[in-house]
Amino acid sequence: MSEYVLQVKDVDIQYFTDAGIVKAANEVSFNLRPGERLGLVGESGSGKSTMALGILRMIKPPGRITAGQILLNGDLDITKIDEDAMRELRGSQISMIPQGAMNSLNPVMKVKEQLIDTMKDHDLHLTKKQMEARAREALENVELDPKVGDLYPHELSGGMKQRVCIAIGIVLHPKVIIADEPTSALDVITQRQVMETIAHIQEQMGSAVILIGHDMGLMAQFVNHMAVMYAGRLMELGTVKDIFTNPLHPYTQLLISSLPMLDNRGDFQGIPGITPSLLELPPGCVFNTRCPQAMEVCTQRIPILEKHGAGERWVACYLYEH
Amino acid sequence: MAKLFELRSVTKIFRGGTLAVDDVSFSVEAEAPGIIAIAGESGSGKSTLGLLVMGFLEPTEGEVIYNGKNLKDLSREEQFALRKEVQAVFQDPFAAYNPFYKVDHILDVPIKRFKLANSKDEARGMVEEAMERVGLRPNEILGRFPHQLSGGQRQRLVVARALLLQPKLLIADEPVSMVDASLRATILKSLNRLNREFGIPILYITHDLTTAYHISDYIIILYKGSIMEAGDVETVIKNPQHPYTQLLIDSIPWPDLGHKWGQQELIIPDGADPEIKGCKFAPRCPHVKQVCWDSPPPLYKVDGARVASCHLYEGHQVMPKEQVGELFAPLTEAVAA
Amino acid sequence: MSRFSLFWRYIRRNWTLGAGLGILVFLFLFTVIGLFFVDSKVDPYPLAAPAGVPPTLAYCPPVEPDCEDPKAYPFGTDGQGRNMLAVAVTGTWMTLQIGLLAGLIGIAAGSFLGFTSAFYGGLYDAVVRWMVDVLLTIPGLLILVVIASSIGGRSITVTGMALIIALISWRGPARVIRAQVLSMRERPYVLMARLNGMSGLDIVFRELLPNLLPYLGAALVGAVTAAIFASMGLAALGLGPLREPTLGVTIYWVINQSAFLRGLWWWGAVPITVVALVFIMLFMISIGLDELANPRVRRSE
Repeated sequence: MSEYVLQVKDVDIQYFTDAGIVKAANEVSFNLRPGERLGLVGESGSGKSTMALGILRMIKPPGRITAGQILLNGDLDITKIDEDAMRELRGSQISMIPQGAMNSLNPVMKVKEQLIDTMKDHDLHLTKKQMEARAREALENVELDPKVGDLYPHELSGGMKQRVCIAIGIVLHPKVIIADEPTSALDVITQRQVMETIAHIQEQMGSAVILIGHDMGLMAQFVNHMAVMYAGRLMELGTVKDIFTNPLHPYTQLLISSLPMLDNRGDFQGIPGITPSLLELPPGCVFNTRCPQAMEVCTQRIPILEKHGAGERWVACYLYEH
Repeated sequence: MAKLFELRSVTKIFRGGTLAVDDVSFSVEAEAPGIIAIAGESGSGKSTLGLLVMGFLEPTEGEVIYNGKNLKDLSREEQFALRKEVQAVFQDPFAAYNPFYKVDHILDVPIKRFKLANSKDEARGMVEEAMERVGLRPNEILGRFPHQLSGGQRQRLVVARALLLQPKLLIADEPVSMVDASLRATILKSLNRLNREFGIPILYITHDLTTAYHISDYIIILYKGSIMEAGDVETVIKNPQHPYTQLLIDSIPWPDLGHKWGQQELIIPDGADPEIKGCKFAPRCPHVKQVCWDSPPPLYKVDGARVASCHLYEGHQVMPKEQVGELFAPLTEAVAA
Repeated sequence: MSRFSLFWRYIRRNWTLGAGLGILVFLFLFTVIGLFFVDSKVDPYPLAAPAGVPPTLAYCPPVEPDCEDPKAYPFGTDGQGRNMLAVAVTGTWMTLQIGLLAGLIGIAAGSFLGFTSAFYGGLYDAVVRWMVDVLLTIPGLLILVVIASSIGGRSITVTGMALIIALISWRGPARVIRAQVLSMRERPYVLMARLNGMSGLDIVFRELLPNLLPYLGAALVGAVTAAIFASMGLAALGLGPLREPTLGVTIYWVINQSAFLRGLWWWGAVPITVVALVFIMLFMISIGLDELANPRVRRSE
């Protein structure tokens, strides 16, 4: 029994387009323990959503996972199994709460029917009564009145719809839940409600959660570990406390200092420059064009993600090379 | 003090019955060029307020007054002048551009229309200067199509356009919510410059209280079309007095591990919104009393720097509608000092 | 990368558009080259040639079976002596003329109404919308039959036919363009244009029109198709320009003179094949344009 429920090892995801090869994710590696909350943070073009799709093997052509392994429970490499086997896993072992999930509900089916549908798709050999009970349980887990099961999606508010999507995501008790910007369309108060719901079910079921987003504040309030991505590569990995109190990578440092907080009012510190196109990444470290501490070696070779210090900390930067 | 613009008891009801703005009054003084944030969630009416001030929507009730004249009564020349003097920055950096034209289009057209330059060279000079002020390099940006630039570059160019036009009032509707975090500060900095260096008052419309706190001097908190709380931004955010504001602030995910969210219980009303005669926040308020259901509270002066529309402050002085603008005036003294 | 090779690469992906354009080029060349070999004032008309000759490349009159100078009738002649090749060449051109003229007028009138009613709204929009909706419910062919038959069949010319059809071809475009403009009207760049002090008509022509070109293109293809269809329908009923060798009128004569029963199969085969090609071409171009105009349908780039 592995100590990790999910291990992503040196994964490359590329899109082969007419305009060239888009290197959406490069040599991405991280591990996830059961019950852990990992935040995958990055701006647009960082590759975080690509990783989410990659883990679920939902990358569509012209994209492909071109290298690396994704191990489930330490032994099954899901990049190598066939589509039928993957379909079995999706929803039951690894599930996703997508962005804008409110629009992925079937408008002509009642909520509980959609939950039962998910169960039917996975051949659990449960009776109708058992499935209905599970559906009720899932709704209660997301703090919705089980009566909501008899309603249609249009009768629910945005926050309620999102929670129904979470219920669908957890009804089969998956081990890993990937939440891709689950609250981006919601207002601040509903966002808090939904995140509290996710925290609640996660603790109850012992699943691990990968929260994908660009809102560092949300990460600070929810996750225990964080992985910072930029232009398709992992820049830094560590506990959320370490990263906020002592960010190592220059990108992380600049990102955190640009955030508006209660004590830096009126002080605007953006990161000059623009994110490179994934079609034409600069040589060496992808951040070297904007990095205030860039050295000669940064323009020549790509820094490797290395462990830093005793604890769980990895950083890909020549400033810390051994 | 002369008022630059004023909303007097403005109500806007859309076809279909949606009440977007409900009896809102406030004003911006001509001599007090601060940044006023209009904050609220979706459905609060903040964007509608922006469109009303721009004159793109007509109020169902009440008046929108610019420089002393009701927008409805403006002559053609005055309407044209309004167009030049009230400008905007919108949320979506891509949608602000006509995909058919190069990005130069958004700068060239207003220069021509408002006759801001006498020759092509002068126009070019103005454009380059404005761009450099927001940190853009003209030779990298001009001559390109919108899809060839990044979101941050596009949005900065829209701000450059505002700089160029030197409006008397700028309305920024969620200018950074679709821009990457690392670029937000840069754009907010440019907006800040517009205000501090050129004295242009800005109405900063947003749902994100963290950026509102960062850039504005004053803040108005809207809920379902009504003002809940308004005043100096430090006071309102650090020490909110209205239960709704308290709930909002408590739910902000600050990127600060020392500042945890969710200390307050959430009250979730069941089912559809009933017809609310009194305070709009009553179904969700932890301090709700009978009077809250019966009559909407007026704006009470809770302290020198802010007002809150809540029956908890019954007994305090009531702020008359036409004086709400004075809340946003103290900055003049600070700026003059 | 040069414009031409970009275009070529796109056509390779959007092969329906490519095929449609290919047929268009073929028909165009067929007409243009054909006109060198055919006297369009004489050959497509009755008794320019011996009657009832099947397709042949060497025809000698029956009285002189071994003549020195055999004529070629690659498509044969019909029961009244029309050279079918000539009919094919001139008929195609005439039919396309009708389609284009009626289609263009329809688009011009329809888009003007669509643009202005969507942009200005109010009473004007309500009236236009009502008119279009009501007129759209009446079958076009019915309107045309009534108008054409009251004008008097024998005196209709090709241009006249096009104008009659134009009377109804503006309905569809008006509706489609109005819907498009309604959705574009609220886009931020239109608000920006208003902030630039641009007037309504200015915005319609400078900002909205250029973005509608793909839709206008698609609507034009649709209007042309409908116009050709209508002209075929009218002609087959005997309400076309009976003196001219348009494809529709030829089909009328084929029916009227019982061509197939008399064994003169080539008389019918020629117009039917050309008409089929024209419709396939229009269909493919419209599908291809749909992919071009609608980014969601576009296959990933």
